[in-house]
Amino acid sequence: MSAGLVILAIVLIATIGFFLGRSRAISQAGGDPRELHSLPAYYGQTVFLFAAVPALLVTIAWLLLQSTFVDTRVTGMINDADIAEGSSRALVMGDVRRIANGLNVAIERDALTEEQIETMRADETDVRAVLGGVGVALGSSVQQSVFEASKEFRQITSTLRNAMAVIAISLSLIGGAFALSRIHPEFRARNISETAVKALLLLCSGVAVLTTIGIIASLVFESAHFFKLHPASNFFFNSTWNPQFRGGSDLGILPLLWGTLYVSFIALIFAVPIGLLVAIYLSEYATKRVRSIVKPAVEILAGIPTIVYGLFALITVGPMLRDYFAQPLGLGTSSSSVLTAGLVMGVMLIPFVSSLSDDVINSVPQAMRDGSYGLGATQSETVKQIILPAALPGIVGAILLAASRAIGETMIVVMGAGAAAKLSLNPFEAMTTITVKIVSQLTGDTEFASPETLVAFALGLSLFVITLGLNVLALYIVRKYREQYE
Amino acid sequence: MYDAPNLGDAVDQKETKITARGVQVYYGDTHAIKDVDVDIEAKAVTAFIGPSGCGKSTFLRCLNRMNDTIDVCRVEGDILIDGEDIYDKRVDPVQLRAKVGMVFQKPNPFPKSIYDNIAYGPRIHGLARNKADLDEIVEKSLRRGAIWDEVKDRLNEPGTGLSGGQQQRLCIARAIATEPEVLLMDEPCSALDPIATAQVEELIDELHHRYSVVIVTHSMQQAARVSQRTAFFHLGNLVEFGDTSQIFTNPKDERTESYITGRIG
Repeated sequence: MSAGLVILAIVLIATIGFFLGRSRAISQAGGDPRELHSLPAYYGQTVFLFAAVPALLVTIAWLLLQSTFVDTRVTGMINDADIAEGSSRALVMGDVRRIANGLNVAIERDALTEEQIETMRADETDVRAVLGGVGVALGSSVQQSVFEASKEFRQITSTLRNAMAVIAISLSLIGGAFALSRIHPEFRARNISETAVKALLLLCSGVAVLTTIGIIASLVFESAHFFKLHPASNFFFNSTWNPQFRGGSDLGILPLLWGTLYVSFIALIFAVPIGLLVAIYLSEYATKRVRSIVKPAVEILAGIPTIVYGLFALITVGPMLRDYFAQPLGLGTSSSSVLTAGLVMGVMLIPFVSSLSDDVINSVPQAMRDGSYGLGATQSETVKQIILPAALPGIVGAILLAASRAIGETMIVVMGAGAAAKLSLNPFEAMTTITVKIVSQLTGDTEFASPETLVAFALGLSLFVITLGLNVLALYIVRKYREQYE
Repeated sequence: MYDAPNLGDAVDQKETKITARGVQVYYGDTHAIKDVDVDIEAKAVTAFIGPSGCGKSTFLRCLNRMNDTIDVCRVEGDILIDGEDIYDKRVDPVQLRAKVGMVFQKPNPFPKSIYDNIAYGPRIHGLARNKADLDEIVEKSLRRGAIWDEVKDRLNEPGTGLSGGQQQRLCIARAIATEPEVLLMDEPCSALDPIATAQVEELIDELHHRYSVVIVTHSMQQAARVSQRTAFFHLGNLVEFGDTSQIFTNPKDERTESYITGRIG
């Protein structure tokens, strides 16, 4: 019985349990739902939960553990001699799984019977040809011990699967019956439902937190691996970035960090004043009608995929800056430059700054405005002296969030600023950022063993630490701001 | 007309600060103030009373053109301060509001220091020539706001850190700092406890020697305690206007009597 069918059966049992539970609750109360502690549906829900949750948990745990269990049982059956030169036990286990799977397919298609498989031997029959006949391709001819392992693998897997089905379904039935037997009018089914809701919510937030922890752990783990192969001092203090795949490369983060900060700085110089003024206009000056048109229009900018911004940088902004500024000023001949990427990224960030600042400005109480107008202040005096100072912490938070977005941006930089790692002050020169180098170190046919690829994790971790720091700072400032009016 | 205000005999003998004639206010399609005529005395406290939604706050906000900041609000009729029509095109509403100060229902000190709260208006209107001048204005305003003794040692601390009653007196002092001639107060004590209310009421009584005060209140006891003149609004109409003592002891209109005795409201 396959796992899907088992889960379906459990859900079916639980659903039947729901209706049984509900009607039993009503009949226990003598047909008068008012006599019950909870609404009848809550009793149904309780039965549903008791029937479904433990059984599903067991099924999931079983599925997770089964493959490890089977692997450890079967691995020992493979002779060391049958592991080909340059191969490994893990790769042979892959073959075992593939053969076992192929045998299942062969049976489904009536090419083989259970008895035939039982007596079949790899040194007598060409297993590769037989399985090839039903469309399962194998990389090499099959050794006898590997074939025996495959048979054993099939055997154990199918036994375990059946055992799982029996245990899960009986657990479901027992759970449902137990809950049914407990139903009486004083039974607090609502509270059980409440607990279940709480557990579900906890589980979901747990998923988010665990994922974050998992990502950090993998970054830290791989970075530690990198620093074992490559000196940390070279990574943090070397000002040259020159990866050589034959070894002995310079992997200094400084030029990349400089490029990242330079591009982000230009982007923010461009985006913050414009975004802020847009926010002030929208929240203080614009009439409802104008606001209802302009606000969504600005926010469309946030919905444009960054690759499209990249194209804009590559085709329009880059050549324009080169022809009208860089070349006449004698500052460079490259169409990809820090300034190109910075400006286009700035456009992308405008809605970030304006939308967040708009919210913050709107949350300044109307009483502040009234107070200021009541003293004879004009609108711009009120904005400048009352609203902006009051909203400043929130605006700083918005800017920091935009900054962390800018630092993490990749596509616009690849297409706008190029891929040359350089330490230079000239904004018309091509430079590159941490994110771009992470991509370029990991694309292509690479193995995760050399410092040249593992450096991507160290770069990723550095980037993560920077943006995390900015986000924490932003959150801290925003939170401090909230306390002021509540 | 039945709704016509009952102008007391005493009005003519005193100086009139604000004259309103045929004032109509519309919020979009709603007719919030219906044909109100009123004369507000100089250097006296005038109280506006009436049930919630009767338009007394709306009318108050007409007197310094605060309603201009609301898009859908439309004001018709004449309002004259010292004989000058404040809705005339030549009048700058911003300048007007310096002359007609306002105190709001909830204390709304700016998130700045106590000093900067008071100095805000004088700085905007350029009332001080130098720092010493400004210091003097701040001190004088805080003294007139009856809060100087409580805050003189902590002028640099944020105004939001004061208690509710202190905040409201700070706001009154802030309004005084621009040297207004009229002070409008929109339920200034409704967010305060009884002790703070008593302090603010005492202050209002003090203030009327210098300023023309118009106060909107829900509390009839408060109107009776602090005001010399009382206007009763009902459903957008000015029902009765006269000396406070007369309104509370011998109301001429039966709606006023019903409200004062608690039968409507």
